[in-house]
Amino acid sequence: MPGSIPASLSVEAPVAGTPVVVAPRKAQRFSPGLEAWRRFRRHRLAMASSVVLLLIVVAIALGPLLWRVPINEIDFAAKLEGPSWAHPLGTDDLGQDVLARLLYGGRVSLAVGLCAMLVASFVGVLIGSLAGMSRGSVDAVLMWLADFFLSLPALPLLLLIIYLFREALKNLLGPEGGIFVMIVIVIGGLRWMPVARLVRAQILSIREKEFVEAARALGASKLRQVVRHILPNALGPVIVAGTIDVAAAIIAESTLSFLGLGFPPDIPTWGRVLFDAKDYLDIAPHWALFPGAAIFFTVLAINFIGDGLRDALDPRRVM
Amino acid sequence: MADTLLDIRGLKTWFKTDDGMVRAVDGVDLHIDRGETVGVVGESGCGKTVTARSVLKLIDMPPGRFEAGQILWQGRDLIPLDQDEMNKIRAREIAIVFQEPMTSLNPVYTVGDQIAEVIALHQRLNRKQAIEGAAEMLRLVNIPNAQRRVHDYPHQFSGGMRQRVMIAMALSCQPKLLIADEPTTALDVTIQAQILELMQEMKERFGMAILLITHAMGVVAETCQRVTVMYAGKVVEEAPVEALFGDPRHPYTQGLIRSIPRVDRAAEKKQRLEAIPGTVPSLLEPPPGCRFAARCRYVSEICVRDMPPLKEVGPGHYVRCVL
Repeated sequence: MPGSIPASLSVEAPVAGTPVVVAPRKAQRFSPGLEAWRRFRRHRLAMASSVVLLLIVVAIALGPLLWRVPINEIDFAAKLEGPSWAHPLGTDDLGQDVLARLLYGGRVSLAVGLCAMLVASFVGVLIGSLAGMSRGSVDAVLMWLADFFLSLPALPLLLLIIYLFREALKNLLGPEGGIFVMIVIVIGGLRWMPVARLVRAQILSIREKEFVEAARALGASKLRQVVRHILPNALGPVIVAGTIDVAAAIIAESTLSFLGLGFPPDIPTWGRVLFDAKDYLDIAPHWALFPGAAIFFTVLAINFIGDGLRDALDPRRVM
Repeated sequence: MADTLLDIRGLKTWFKTDDGMVRAVDGVDLHIDRGETVGVVGESGCGKTVTARSVLKLIDMPPGRFEAGQILWQGRDLIPLDQDEMNKIRAREIAIVFQEPMTSLNPVYTVGDQIAEVIALHQRLNRKQAIEGAAEMLRLVNIPNAQRRVHDYPHQFSGGMRQRVMIAMALSCQPKLLIADEPTTALDVTIQAQILELMQEMKERFGMAILLITHAMGVVAETCQRVTVMYAGKVVEEAPVEALFGDPRHPYTQGLIRSIPRVDRAAEKKQRLEAIPGTVPSLLEPPPGCRFAARCRYVSEICVRDMPPLKEVGPGHYVRCVL
């Protein structure tokens, strides 16, 4: 009956004064990234660590511009001095300013950590994906290779490689660049195995998920399945492992430098400063204390951030 | 015969396991004409899903293997094709919808992205056009606020809605055949009806054929024109839907129809649901005779000895039984 329609409208007429607005849904997008960030923010230790790490990064990025004491200004009159206004972190045995050296060295240390992590993650993801997707003999050989690398004693191998290739690379890329590239490749190249195994395990489980089969059924090639569908779902644990790898790489670089095999003395990485300071522990403890503290806090902060990320990226955790 | 789209002839898909060959699909014949809805029914493990996946070659090889047979898609055999050639047929000509809508969507992308990906993969379109196409598809499958919901993630959709998204995704390239592998099994009854209705509607709109795999006889009765009943890797009966329900010839089919739960009878007499006694024979070394013999109430000596052939008992009605 046509009359019934206006009748029902007139009932609503009094309300019509206030326009009926369909409340626009809040512009909140529950993307997985935002969701993870929300959870990460609740992790106090990780947030505090992020602030600490940010401060360290800002300090080493901007510090040398503000603290304009040259890192290699030798002043024998002020050698092995404790902290003072002129030298807030004291001086070393040549009277060089420790603060300036640490600010500069931090760049190298962090850059090495970051680059080594990138190398390790790249190689690890590549090999892990290959192994996980191919199964059969390729998988077996690649995992055997990973086990082989895992079973090698890392430090003696590092020493051997550095001993063999240092001169060649130095000639090729210059003393600083050559050493940097070598250390990054050596540290990164010996840390890909855990990432590879992690990625492989993730792929083995995710490739059986229905959405991957659905993608396959709708004509996605193998490469597309891995890059678009499997890897983004496997990324969480890889990011966490990567974070912790940065810390491990910083330690490894410090170890190498401490053993005198890393960067030359004129590039004061944190490990190198520690190495130079070790003979004066009894008369100038501050010299070793500050680079040690720098390494300690950086690594600790990165590890806590990794912890926070793991909690944030673990989808089972509902908060 | 009408325009045949898909013609499966004597398909044998076997799986190699540590215990021996599992003959999951053991000589199945099935054909679908253009615009037709064909149901495949049978209990779990009878080979209906393997048949469906064989058509799109989604069987992992190894351990799976096509032992024999042909899958003729518009006269062209799909079995020798490699994955690249299959990818041109998938989605564009034959698409599939799976059972589990909750896990069939990638959790890290918006549904629009996922539908757009399929569209962009098969048609030369830029991203914006593809996303628009995705929104259009969502609107077609009756998702309210499609324009906005394209940007939502799968976890923001309910099961029924996700199945609609899956259907939208499968239909985004207008395939000629939609394989629906138990599309409603994971959904509750009202949603089931909606999804079936939607598939019917889509079928009429796009003029495609549907291969409906299910174990629910009610679903078959509602939607299909022809039905194939499978048991232990073999077709035991094939008939137009009226003939199958009106005059089921195979004892297994009769058992299946008797075991449909009936609300009215259960309430009246509190009678127990009828079931077919026994279990499915092992597909490792199936018995030489009729595979249903061990559970059949009419079993005779000849049933155990030889596999009965598929014989015609009415127009388009075939049954694999000596009775």
